[in-house]
Amino acid sequence: MSISISLTVNGAMRKIELDDPRVTLLDLLRERLDLTGTKKGCDRGQCGACTVHVDGRRINSCLALAVSCDGAQVLTIEGLARGDALHPVQAAFIAHDGFQCGFCTPGQIMSAVGLIQEGQAGDDPERVREGMSGNLCRCGAYAGITDAVLDAQRQLADLERRQVA
Amino acid sequence: MNSFDYLRPSTISEAVAAASTPGSAYLAAGTNLLDLMKGGVARPSRLVDINRLPGLDRIEPLSGGGVRIGALVRNADLAHDADFARRFPAVAEALLSGASAQLRNAATVGGNLLQRTRCPYFYDVASACNKRTPGAGCEARGGDTRLHAVLGWSESCIATNPSDFCVPLVALDAVVEIAGKDGRREIPLESFHRLPGDAPERDSVLEPGELIVAVRLPAEAAAFSAHARYLKVRERTSYAFAVVSAAAALRIEGGAIVEARIALGGVALKPWRSHAAEHLLAGARPDVAAFRRAAQAALQDAKPSGDNAFKIQLARGIVSRALTLAAAGTPARMPALPASPFAVTPGVLPHV
Repeated sequence: MSISISLTVNGAMRKIELDDPRVTLLDLLRERLDLTGTKKGCDRGQCGACTVHVDGRRINSCLALAVSCDGAQVLTIEGLARGDALHPVQAAFIAHDGFQCGFCTPGQIMSAVGLIQEGQAGDDPERVREGMSGNLCRCGAYAGITDAVLDAQRQLADLERRQVA
Repeated sequence: MNSFDYLRPSTISEAVAAASTPGSAYLAAGTNLLDLMKGGVARPSRLVDINRLPGLDRIEPLSGGGVRIGALVRNADLAHDADFARRFPAVAEALLSGASAQLRNAATVGGNLLQRTRCPYFYDVASACNKRTPGAGCEARGGDTRLHAVLGWSESCIATNPSDFCVPLVALDAVVEIAGKDGRREIPLESFHRLPGDAPERDSVLEPGELIVAVRLPAEAAAFSAHARYLKVRERTSYAFAVVSAAAALRIEGGAIVEARIALGGVALKPWRSHAAEHLLAGARPDVAAFRRAAQAALQDAKPSGDNAFKIQLARGIVSRALTLAAAGTPARMPALPASPFAVTPGVLPHV
């Protein structure tokens, strides 16, 4: 059965014909829309490498059927930078050595952006670690990741204060 | 994954009609269902997508003081609803101790009640499993049984229910609202999940096509808000299912317990409420001796289903410790590590 869906991916409206409802959002992004920044790790919701934002919330794209996301706004790692200007979370991951091999990094960064938007962690490293526990890093770059998230959160808060003032 | 038909009804009655066809399954977030389908454990021929059904995504205060939680409310939205978390703190803590932030953003209230066991033999299609294939046998028996049930199990199935959310819910007398072909009905959560008996393939009392539309908590459940905790032992501090967990809620007046609520997770195929332990605490002083007696009563009928006798002793400790934490008072802010036994609570001894 063929199904037509529309998605707004990184700000661009996409009309998509699905010839099979089994396609996950992850496979749609990688295999049909050529957005390979989002990674397939476990494909079972355990590793977080596939984390993207759907309607402003971080989710595991491997456990979402694309057809069920019809009409949604999707943000992937490719949509985070503004031209050559990295998103503050991306820059903080570089500054704090928040990765080694880099495979989990797009998921880590999308998860971190979601965590900061959710606003539950504050400046407590324990709350950041808890809020990032859905993203595994087999290189073990967790210390750098936690520092990067805390630093990026401070920078984003400063930016917001300056914009208000 | 097997192929399936995909339907997206726009009303509850259309959804119920569509899902009454044998082989149908409802799709909400799909965080458990898709995983099961990828593993070939679930093979529905039709998915009925309920995500767009109107009116199921609300948290509604009820006039008498209770709350009605729509089946499509996402776990994270419920846990972070300030009014809900203030009135039902153990439920919020249980939700935040489950899964990961990404999964909680997607997973729904109804889906949480219907998540399937995480027994590895159920997940491994090469193993015999009575729950997956009725009559096939149970390879968990005599296998790796460290994490299996110690209460309510049968020779046909020794799996456990993995939900955190359901544990405080059952302690607080939650009610499940269900829509079916013959209209609406409601059932206490305590009677919703089935023990395995000789038909472990049926997780709940839902009939084919029936849909959870809401979960209600009564006004009385909010009376425990000053002394309500959830405590969960896991094999890692975050993002893991319970080895054993407990919800404890107390009403304390004039230095004595007026009413207690106790339920356990990770020990049986359903969230396990202990009325016997609750009765023991009514009128008692909230001290460790009373909590230990309650814990003994809660595990009175427990027996190992294999290499898991340790879970009985662990569960006694978790019950008395959850009661100790509840008596010390609900923390003003959600702990950084929700439900973790490694979180330090000022004024409370780490071991009881």
